[in-house]
Amino acid sequence: MIEANAVYVIVAREFKKFVRERSRLVSTIARPLVWLFLVGGGMSRLVPTGRGVSYMQFIFPGILGMTILFSSIFSSISIIWDKEFGFMKEILVAPISRFSVVIGKAMSGMLLSTIQSVIILAFFPLLGLRIGPLEIIGIVFVCAVLAFALSSFGIVLASFYESYESFSVIMNFIVMPMFFLSGAMYPVKVMPPVLQYCTKVNPLTFGIDALKHLIFPLEKGPMSPDFPFVIDLLVIVAASVFFVTIGGKAFERKG
Amino acid sequence: MQIIKVDGLVKKFGAITAVDGISFEVEENTIFGFLGPNGAGKTTTISILCTLLAPTSGTAYLNGHNCHSESAEVRRSIGIVFQDSSLDKDLTARENLLFHAYLYDVDKAERKKRVDDALAFAELSDRADNLIKTFSGGMKRRLEVARGLIHRPKVLFLDEPTLGLDPQSRSNLWEFITDLPKKHNVTIFMTTHYMEEAEVCDKIAIIDKGRIIASGSPQELKKIVGGDVIYLKTTDNKKAAGQIREFFGVEASEKDGEIFISVLKGEACIPDIIREIGERVLSVRMQRPTLNDVFLKLTGKEIREEYASAGDDIKEAVRSYRRRHDRS
Repeated sequence: MIEANAVYVIVAREFKKFVRERSRLVSTIARPLVWLFLVGGGMSRLVPTGRGVSYMQFIFPGILGMTILFSSIFSSISIIWDKEFGFMKEILVAPISRFSVVIGKAMSGMLLSTIQSVIILAFFPLLGLRIGPLEIIGIVFVCAVLAFALSSFGIVLASFYESYESFSVIMNFIVMPMFFLSGAMYPVKVMPPVLQYCTKVNPLTFGIDALKHLIFPLEKGPMSPDFPFVIDLLVIVAASVFFVTIGGKAFERKG
Repeated sequence: MQIIKVDGLVKKFGAITAVDGISFEVEENTIFGFLGPNGAGKTTTISILCTLLAPTSGTAYLNGHNCHSESAEVRRSIGIVFQDSSLDKDLTARENLLFHAYLYDVDKAERKKRVDDALAFAELSDRADNLIKTFSGGMKRRLEVARGLIHRPKVLFLDEPTLGLDPQSRSNLWEFITDLPKKHNVTIFMTTHYMEEAEVCDKIAIIDKGRIIASGSPQELKKIVGGDVIYLKTTDNKKAAGQIREFFGVEASEKDGEIFISVLKGEACIPDIIREIGERVLSVRMQRPTLNDVFLKLTGKEIREEYASAGDDIKEAVRSYRRRHDRS
């Protein structure tokens, strides 16, 4: 059973804190922009892409994916903070189901990540990209689904860790490899076979691939999307359902 | 009516038995105190009653609902103030209360009023829109008590409510708590290891090493130790002591220049004693037994001091056990 009032207030709390904490907003927006313009700008000179998209344009979907990955995981990891500072107890003794808590947290992550990815998306004209209004709606939709999947994944992670010392472990050993093994910085098809295999178990790969379909649909050659669009959508929807269920179960057991 | 009924409750964490077969009942709209040193099993018992832990064996009923199998009903009937603050310090006082009101599905028409009332009750109306991080320990605790009452629970749990507060906030908080059963029609279930604080309880259960070793009202418990002790100083102590033995038939002995007598109603005996003995009385003082004396008598140990640290070891062992096993 899901209690709408509980889901609403959990999301409202996260949103309020997000709006209040300007520094967090600035840092989550700054990171993707640094990657986009500094890494992307530098690499563009090294990577000849011929007549297709430039390297900076190529990594734009990956940078959107990065924004979503970091903000979703960060949002869910706040569960560890809540446990550490005792607020989680207030939620756990309330007459609401554990699943409502998980849905509330996943929806918070979805809302905050989508807002941030829309801010990054607004930079597309600077890169010389042309994206139509229908595609923009599609991009926001894909971002939201991907954010829900990754936030739910973050909840699963958070349920395994007790204290915030584990934060750097999660960031270095889970989040960063997920980012590099997602086709964000280089196409999956040019990777060595072993790494290609790793990208295929990473939901972020398919989210970014879907964004590539929407951002440069006409691209052919090595920089083009790696998987069919329908497969991309199916995988991120399936990942959302899968992780939110596992997250619910992980929370339930703590009873 | 008995609002809480606990029968043969046992909770084991691996090899450690935190709660070892306890049974008790709590009368509605009274203050019930759970007294004992650190690691005696108080918080574990509260966690079971609050549906946060499943008992190993035994049963616990709250407001007619089983604390294990009917957790949703039990949760609706209780409010809790934990040992450590469970406020969100990045939200304001009002936001914390509103969060609670939504979580407990307080009716929309009532929500704002209940939050305002709670703020007034906690005497924090003027700080309603300040962030919790700017609040003192006493303010936070008052706000938590007020928050625990927003959804009109039948039982309010207070786990070591005065821990970490300065003496003044402590006595303020007690004034605040003792009014609750009458004002809010709520039963208070509290734990403490400060014996003097348990005096406000209508009934106390003393718990040590997971077992209840005594229970009753504070007065009843003090009778375990005996009565009050009267200390007298007279012009001739020896003679006076003899007279007291003669007139009152109680044992009177002399120590450090004072006669001391152990009697039941001390305050009523003093005028009689002064009247009956021939010697001139130079000074009189009386000492009442404390709950600390009761604990000392029952266990042969002080409730705090070095004994407390042994309890802390148990606490730590339980914590690390839970860390390892709760997820599996």
